[in-house]
Amino acid sequence: MKLELRGITKRFGSLVANDHIDLVVQPGEIHCLLGENGAGKSTLMNVLYGLYAPDDGQILVDDVVTTFTGPGDAMAVGIGMVHQHFMLIPVFTVAENIMLGHEDTRGPGGFGWLDQRAARRKVADVSKRFGLAVPPDALVADLPVGVQQRAEILKALARDAKVLVLDEPTAVLTPSEIDDLITVMRKLRDAGTSIVFISHKLKEVKAIGDMITVIRRGRVVGQPAVSSTEQELASLMVGRPVQLTVEKAAAHPGAVVLDVEGLRVVDAAGVVQVDDVSFSVREGEIYAIAGVQGNGQTEVTECLVGLETPTAGRISVLDNDVTTSSVRDRLDLGIGYVPEDRSHDGLVSSFSVEENLVLDMHESPAFAGRFGLDMAAIDANGAARVAEFDVRAESARVAASTLSGGNQQKVVLARELSRPLKLLIVAQPTRGLDVGSMEFVHKRIVRERDERTAVVLISTELDEVLGLADRIAVMYQGRIIGELPGGSSAAAVGLLMAGSVADAAEVVDAPQTTGAAIFEPVDGAEPPEVPGSARGAGS
Amino acid sequence: MSVGGTVKDELAVPPSGEPAPRKSRGEAHPLVVIALSFVTAIIVGGILIAVTNQPTRNAVRHFSASPGKVLSAAWHAVSAAYVALFEGAIFDPHTFGHGSVWHDFNPISETLYNATPLILVGLAVGLAFRTGLFNIGAQGQLIVGAMAAGYVGFTWHLPPFIHLVVAIVAGAIAGAIWGGIAGWLKARTGAHEVITTIMMNYVALDLLDYALKTSAFRRPGSNQAISPIVYGTARLGKLLPSPLRVNLGLLIALAATAGVAWLLTRSRLGFTLRAVGASPTAARTAGMNVGRAYVTAMLIAGGLAGLAGCSQILGGGTNYALTNAVDAGLGFDGITVALLGRAKPWPTVWAGLLFGALRAGSATMQSRTGTSIDLVTIVQALVVLFIAAPAFVRAVFRLRSSSDSGAAALAKGWNG
Repeated sequence: MKLELRGITKRFGSLVANDHIDLVVQPGEIHCLLGENGAGKSTLMNVLYGLYAPDDGQILVDDVVTTFTGPGDAMAVGIGMVHQHFMLIPVFTVAENIMLGHEDTRGPGGFGWLDQRAARRKVADVSKRFGLAVPPDALVADLPVGVQQRAEILKALARDAKVLVLDEPTAVLTPSEIDDLITVMRKLRDAGTSIVFISHKLKEVKAIGDMITVIRRGRVVGQPAVSSTEQELASLMVGRPVQLTVEKAAAHPGAVVLDVEGLRVVDAAGVVQVDDVSFSVREGEIYAIAGVQGNGQTEVTECLVGLETPTAGRISVLDNDVTTSSVRDRLDLGIGYVPEDRSHDGLVSSFSVEENLVLDMHESPAFAGRFGLDMAAIDANGAARVAEFDVRAESARVAASTLSGGNQQKVVLARELSRPLKLLIVAQPTRGLDVGSMEFVHKRIVRERDERTAVVLISTELDEVLGLADRIAVMYQGRIIGELPGGSSAAAVGLLMAGSVADAAEVVDAPQTTGAAIFEPVDGAEPPEVPGSARGAGS
Repeated sequence: MSVGGTVKDELAVPPSGEPAPRKSRGEAHPLVVIALSFVTAIIVGGILIAVTNQPTRNAVRHFSASPGKVLSAAWHAVSAAYVALFEGAIFDPHTFGHGSVWHDFNPISETLYNATPLILVGLAVGLAFRTGLFNIGAQGQLIVGAMAAGYVGFTWHLPPFIHLVVAIVAGAIAGAIWGGIAGWLKARTGAHEVITTIMMNYVALDLLDYALKTSAFRRPGSNQAISPIVYGTARLGKLLPSPLRVNLGLLIALAATAGVAWLLTRSRLGFTLRAVGASPTAARTAGMNVGRAYVTAMLIAGGLAGLAGCSQILGGGTNYALTNAVDAGLGFDGITVALLGRAKPWPTVWAGLLFGALRAGSATMQSRTGTSIDLVTIVQALVVLFIAAPAFVRAVFRLRSSSDSGAAALAKGWNG
């Protein structure tokens, strides 16, 4: 099916979200839509899916002008959408989910019985036809995210989708799941399905796209060749030259700032979330905890900050035992924290930017007297931080919720870095950020390290870990299953993230890996040795 | 960091490219919705007056003979009722010029008098709400406040002014403790404050019933559930000559409003309370003690409700004696007042005045036109209903809503 968008314009008030966008998706083509967050990709796809009526422009399906009044119309002509957040019912089986909305029934009229057998058969058919293996009788909740996504794709295919729209499909996947998805997409393309792949990740777009359309501020700014470098794509996307790799000098680690021993977290349901985790971090180094989401990193982070009390183990910061200290006491010791979910934990969305900039210091003498707040000081601080961190907001008095994700993250970072820190804990600092903000956040983290702060980086992004870390720990199923020096290969870290210790060791031992990288599987039972980094020996 | 040129460039467009959930031009101001909710409630109330009015119903029976009569009878009933409501609350031409000059101010005085406890209870609910707590317990807090203030007022003998101050402080502390218990339960055990405060209301009601049977509270020589009368030294002084009932309580309520306004916008504590109310997780992450904030907020809220109890018992709401009618429905009207005032201190004063006027006027309305006093309760309930369902009011009055379409809301969270 050939799909064409011609001169699509969509306005929200005075804001033009889509400005005369032209886009042609040929049959059997993987067409990448590349753009920063807020560039207008989602709006365009919502127009295509019939959720928004365009103010101007036409949608042509096989060269026939078509109008959609709702997602039903779009589905009817063969447009299928896989949302970033899956629309699956966790307590239903895969087959039930796929048939949801057009179930086969037996018996009279609209009150028939569900024909489970027919559903299962249909799912097996589609699954076989497209070579997408799913267990039809498994509950969705029990499946890994990658398989859930496959079920979501099958759901669209079962409704005879000829054009599949994938909205940021890789955000939730592990590196190996991403490889699987790419294979699946190629298979579908070869079978004649067109795919619109929405992303802001350059590597994926280059790896998979037949065509790339770059959107910036609601306009198509170019259709670069797939052979363009990542640098070129990034510059086009952001509108200015961007530096993709983090520039950083060798680390010079000093004294130990954070020491974690035998940390164990058992949740209310009795599940062991963190199992005997030990590590230490020195001043002037970035220690990355890598791993696929949900392997215990969140719990470790919360224990470090004091939002959760470990079941066992000991955490000390600068030789103070803080295992059971309050969050306040830890902040006062010089811990800075950039939480994983900034809009939920990092900011009070309804508060103004300047209020958010003093959220964890509003009781310090700088901003308050005995009872009252020093409004002038809060004001001045707001203006200063907004300027220093280049926060794009109308003023420091607007609500934080009106800011884009990148600017919200700058606010959190600005607040945490405005206190004198000994230890900075950053969790998923660039999740959902565009290339420009990402560059900024990374630079600030490195600068903080260079100012002798110990930095703990918790990230699921392989590139981020490899680019920033001086040492890398990989968590898998609640344990640190390996610690690697900075500069290790992506393959080694990626394999550890997938839990395969032996394979990772092989990759590390292979001759092409750089430098004195020695892979040391960490035995969970005993506290790991901190491998003195070869580069850090000088300090 | 970016270069200067691009900064200006980017500033030219709104900070987020996608339509953020913020006010677009032409969107109705929340006050407009509130005003229209009130108008709608008055109109629906009018329909109820007409439907329940006997002459109008008689006219309906002879509808085919003289259809015009139905309309005129209905109009007469509705206008008479609302005019009487107005006369009882603001200005009464019937009594104007009779008696002293002060007498002409009686309707206004009654409005202010009725508004006083409403404002205090509204603040009690509003302040808790800003901290993320739904304080349904203003009734119980008010009752124990009135009990404590009343006990001091009719048992102790103290010099004039001091007696009043001690009674008020006792009332505020009792209310604070009652509210604080619910806050403490939430902070320590996670018990939901809606449940605990409702239960504390029952406990307070039964405690009052019990107390009025004990020798400490029962009026000597009376076998009714009524306490002795508060000594003159502990009564809230009248602001205007007798018999106008508006008293010092009004000034206390206004001072409390100013205090709460300062607390919420200008104080360290208020910042914490608001942060906890808007996002407990972010507050906790920022090192705030969320549990302590809950307890503090409920202590203050309870204290404010306790002051409302003082205004009842020491201001003459129940003839300076404690009875089991001391609450007079104020505890629940306070929720309405806070809602109408959007949990903000000064708007709460206006909401309190409005509801005070409705209360003051309803008595006149019932006595002059026979329209039931319950009509006012219905109007109040409708106001809340319409404010709680703004989409309905927007649809009726064709106001622009905040989002582009329902679909826009559906699309939220998609790669935005």
